[in-house]
Amino acid sequence: MAEAMAGTPAPPHRSRRMVVATCAIAAAVCALFLFTGLRGNIGFVLGLRLSQLIGLVQVAVSIAISTVVFQTITGNRILSPSIMGLDALYLFCQTALVFAMGGFGYATLPPSWKFFGEVALMMAFSTVLFLPMLRRRTDMMLMILTGFVLGFLFRSLSALIARLIDPNAFAVLQGASFASFQSFDDRLLVVGGVLTACGTLFAWRVRHVLDVIALGRDAAIGLGLDWNRWVTGLLLLVAALVATSTALAGPLAFLGLLVVALAERLCASQRHGILLPVAAGVAIVVLVGAQTMARMGFGSAVVVSVIVEFMGGFVFLAILFARRRG
Amino acid sequence: MIEVEGVSFHRGPARILMDISLSIPTGVTALIGPNGAGKSTLMALMARLLPLQSGSIRIAGKPVATTPGPEMARTVSILRQDPNVSSRLRVRELVGFGRFPHSRGRLNAEDNRLIDEALEQFDLTALADRFTDTLSGGQRQRAMIAMAYCQGSDTMLLDEPLNNLDMFYARDLMRKLHRVAEEQQKTIVVVLHDINHAGTHADRIVALRDGRLVVNDRTASVLVPQTLEAIFGYPMEVVTVGRSPVVLHHR
Repeated sequence: MAEAMAGTPAPPHRSRRMVVATCAIAAAVCALFLFTGLRGNIGFVLGLRLSQLIGLVQVAVSIAISTVVFQTITGNRILSPSIMGLDALYLFCQTALVFAMGGFGYATLPPSWKFFGEVALMMAFSTVLFLPMLRRRTDMMLMILTGFVLGFLFRSLSALIARLIDPNAFAVLQGASFASFQSFDDRLLVVGGVLTACGTLFAWRVRHVLDVIALGRDAAIGLGLDWNRWVTGLLLLVAALVATSTALAGPLAFLGLLVVALAERLCASQRHGILLPVAAGVAIVVLVGAQTMARMGFGSAVVVSVIVEFMGGFVFLAILFARRRG
Repeated sequence: MIEVEGVSFHRGPARILMDISLSIPTGVTALIGPNGAGKSTLMALMARLLPLQSGSIRIAGKPVATTPGPEMARTVSILRQDPNVSSRLRVRELVGFGRFPHSRGRLNAEDNRLIDEALEQFDLTALADRFTDTLSGGQRQRAMIAMAYCQGSDTMLLDEPLNNLDMFYARDLMRKLHRVAEEQQKTIVVVLHDINHAGTHADRIVALRDGRLVVNDRTASVLVPQTLEAIFGYPMEVVTVGRSPVVLHHR
């Protein structure tokens, strides 16, 4: 029975329609975010909201793309960069930078310099730490465990350094690590926007290569890919995207996992040409939608991350139940 | 044509291959030997899945260590033992990946024709729209072989292609490989455990034992009791049924 049902051929354009539908819904949610409940100086409010929207879209897209790519190179659909401790690594890099330069030195750096310093540091660290594991796609349990341990290690190290630095530097660090969705640094928005756009464009350009990488190391080499080079390059891409989203909005544990799981359900295909845009669209819908809800329904008392985690948990349970029944 | 020269391989203190030199001409060649003889390692080295530690391997004159990946992928296609495809793919998509070295993922009419042909060839047309995770082990194995075939290379390296296949498809596959090799002048190397499949369908047999080459010869000259004992380590009777030799290895 199950075989027969799963075997019914889906029309080939269903997936393409799904891409268009997701993008349309994402656009609608963005419009809703911009134009509902406008009061007072409309020009000023719109400008404020537009910069907020650009930030949210950047965070959403970079989380979606980085999670899809990371799941493809690790070869499973349960890992996400944050589970592997990549955003903890970013925060550690930030703390290390404050420690090395002192609070004053750090605070007086131009934000884009700071950002690039952290991104470079993070890329270097993630290559050293994760590449040996990814080269041969070791056992998944081992990878998850390593991720947890590394995440814990980075958080503890950050906490340790935070205790070592002087109170002024600590205040600077606090300001830097607790980013939120309410306000984005405009200069960071530009730098992050360029990075996100380049990363997304690159992922899109290599979507066929990603399809092949999803087949696994041996098959990919058999089809002529230089496995080590591609995995290194893609890991650097993931690191850069995670750094961007973490710099803008702080760590978001659940969003990537939720968004990709949803996107996969929706498009019934693991072709990256379809999965990448749908995941990005779903991420925008979830994040911007949550922010709109936060503004409309709950006032500013509820943080977006709470709504996202709530929706995430709900969808995850739904998926689990559906899988059990199906 | 595959030329292996002075290839040794070790993992830590364990020496897996010792100074293997052999050449494999066009046609079907069966790679046989007891467990742990180094068959899969030799295959993996030929398929450039493992880095060469010493010696050299050339396929159709191209050194596997230095030839660029895409060019190598148009020269040789591989099937691994126990290929687990984690992606949720339709059979047609999976087979279509065989065209990646040629079209980098953008399939043209010619690619589609070749995919159809491969599906037809391996009896997968009816399953073309099924997801691979709904297939049986044997069906998935056939899909993987169809993908390697679809790559259109003159050399194919198949590590235990008969895994999971029932008698019908095992015989069918061996006959197909033999026919393809003959008609299209391909070099096909298969790791086999069933010596009688090797005896019936392979033109040549290469046998390894404990990382050393025991024999590399025409099938008929390998299937004699002394040679078989030297390979597998116990005496076995060979009888002739019709015109082909049958090894009574299970008695």
